[in-house]
Amino acid sequence: MTVVALRPKAKTMADAAPKNVIDVNELSLVFQTNDGPVNALSNINLAVGGGEFVSFIGPSGCGKTTLLRVIADLEQPTSGSISVNGMTPSEARQKRAYGYVFQAAALYPWRTIAGNISLPLEVMGIPKAERKDRIARNLELVNLSGFEKKFPWQLSGGMQQRASIARALSFDPHLLLMDEPFGALDEIVRDHLNEELLKLWAKTQKTVVFVTHSIPEAVFLSTKIVVMSPRPGRIHEIIDCDLGPERTLDIRETPKFLEIAHRVREGLRHGHSYDAAHL
Amino acid sequence: MNFIRNSVVPVGTVLLVILVLWYAFAVILNAPFERDQAARAGTTISTSQLITNTMKQERPVLPAPHQVAEEIRKTVFDISPTSKRSLVYHGWVTLSSTLLGFALGTLLGILLAIAIVHSRTLDKSLMPWIITSQTVPILAIAPMIIVVLNAVNITGLLPKAMISTYLSFFPVAVGMVKGLRSPEIMHLDLMRTYNASKAQVFWKLRWPASMPYLFTSMKIAVAISLVGAIVGELPTGAVAGIGARLLAGSYYGQTVQIWAALIAAALMAAVLVSLIGLIANLVNRRMGVRT
Ligand SMILES: Nc1ncnc2c1ncn2[C@@H]1O[C@H](COP(=O)(O)OP(=O)(O)OP(=O)(O)O)[C@@H](O)[C@H]1O
Ligand SMILES: [Mg+2]
Repeated sequence: MTVVALRPKAKTMADAAPKNVIDVNELSLVFQTNDGPVNALSNINLAVGGGEFVSFIGPSGCGKTTLLRVIADLEQPTSGSISVNGMTPSEARQKRAYGYVFQAAALYPWRTIAGNISLPLEVMGIPKAERKDRIARNLELVNLSGFEKKFPWQLSGGMQQRASIARALSFDPHLLLMDEPFGALDEIVRDHLNEELLKLWAKTQKTVVFVTHSIPEAVFLSTKIVVMSPRPGRIHEIIDCDLGPERTLDIRETPKFLEIAHRVREGLRHGHSYDAAHL
Repeated sequence: MNFIRNSVVPVGTVLLVILVLWYAFAVILNAPFERDQAARAGTTISTSQLITNTMKQERPVLPAPHQVAEEIRKTVFDISPTSKRSLVYHGWVTLSSTLLGFALGTLLGILLAIAIVHSRTLDKSLMPWIITSQTVPILAIAPMIIVVLNAVNITGLLPKAMISTYLSFFPVAVGMVKGLRSPEIMHLDLMRTYNASKAQVFWKLRWPASMPYLFTSMKIAVAISLVGAIVGELPTGAVAGIGARLLAGSYYGQTVQIWAALIAAALMAAVLVSLIGLIANLVNRRMGVRT
């Protein structure tokens, strides 16, 4: 299938180190559960260059979260190799190379919104005056100025998720790992945050790995879309998607956008039918 | 208004029911003595006379509430607190060893919980012992603690407090093990992404997450600390304290004194527990707990 053809050729550490932020080679991960092993990831090959915006898309349970967690050193692969910034994920984590946005907001309920955003800054030993500064700046970025003193339960789900994004941005990591950050939001807020994220990405040259279920979102944001399929979780297809740096929401009506969206949809459908044939 | 409807009315109703029942039982239980007296004197006694008499016996089987109240009033307000007949004096003796034992027990419980949560080996090796420690009857172990500590010249407050500690560390240890393990996986993962140290995970996540568990177990701990202090006063020859009052009262058949001491202990426990509840509320407010 296309999977083989799209596999980037294996790179040596020497030329991988300077260019790619993430390099995954023949990576597999098997969860040992009580009902036997689960092949969460199987033969994953992926390269993410600096400043890229890469989206993972695929049906529920295809391993998107697991792959993101492997990159973040929250999950250990069973076989294969992976490097982040030319290091092992563990070393990269210890260097605080990335900010992670979880599928749920995961705010600490006993901390105010400002306190939650302050958390990574405190852990990383940033002085109080600068913390205050960064909290204000990042809350403004996600449109939550004025909510500093509120506790998480006093905010809507969407606002909580925005606060969790501000938290991940607060220590200014070069790599952002985002697991369906906008999954729980309504369409309008989602559009708005998509635009904001895009602006932020264009301005800061950050590398973003982004998990989503939404085809338009993936096409709108990404430079590269990774279509995944389940059982075993694997990469079905990698679709390049460059709509240029200057994008507005209107771009979603253009033929180029629709064509890429169509390819993604086809890819997802193929991944599924392959799955169905094996059931 | 809300306070009256939510607290005063229900608590007051229960109190009223208890008082009525108490009077009823006082009459029923003390009546045989009055009938005996009358029979011995060869007279009969009218029902109304019987009822009034049952409520002012010197050594009733069950003293009436107002007798107990009068005894408490007398021993609290009329007698100087330095006198050995003052309930304030005995109450303070018990309270001080309760508080010392409770403080030590809480500290010990927290430290044990921290050790258990951070070490698999300790979890496996300590937990069974902690549970076993509580299956030993305290009445059996209390005299031994007192005697052993006396033998090594530790006397006074500390041996009694040790019994309170022995009882109170348990709920705190068990509660805090649960509390320190209560953070969600995602909250722990978040700390991992920051490469937080164990100490940071503890102070910024495990400790605040365990607060509700801490206060719940402290309420239990303070109540049994009081029980421990009273039990600890029995084998010391009943020199001072609520326990001494109870023992002396039962020696000399002073039921009114026994009940006064019992009520004093119950009130003390209620005050201590509500005090912890109050602190818990203050902490909750600071931690933004939804009310
Ligand atoms: N800790 C775990 N233990 C055992 N199995 C797991 C674990 N985590 C995930 N899995 C399994 O691995 C597979 C991939 O899960 P994953 O969470 O990565 O899916 P996903 O693509 O993120 O799905 P969704 O879109 O629903 O979030 C699933 O079959 C899941 O049941
Ligand atoms: Mg997921």
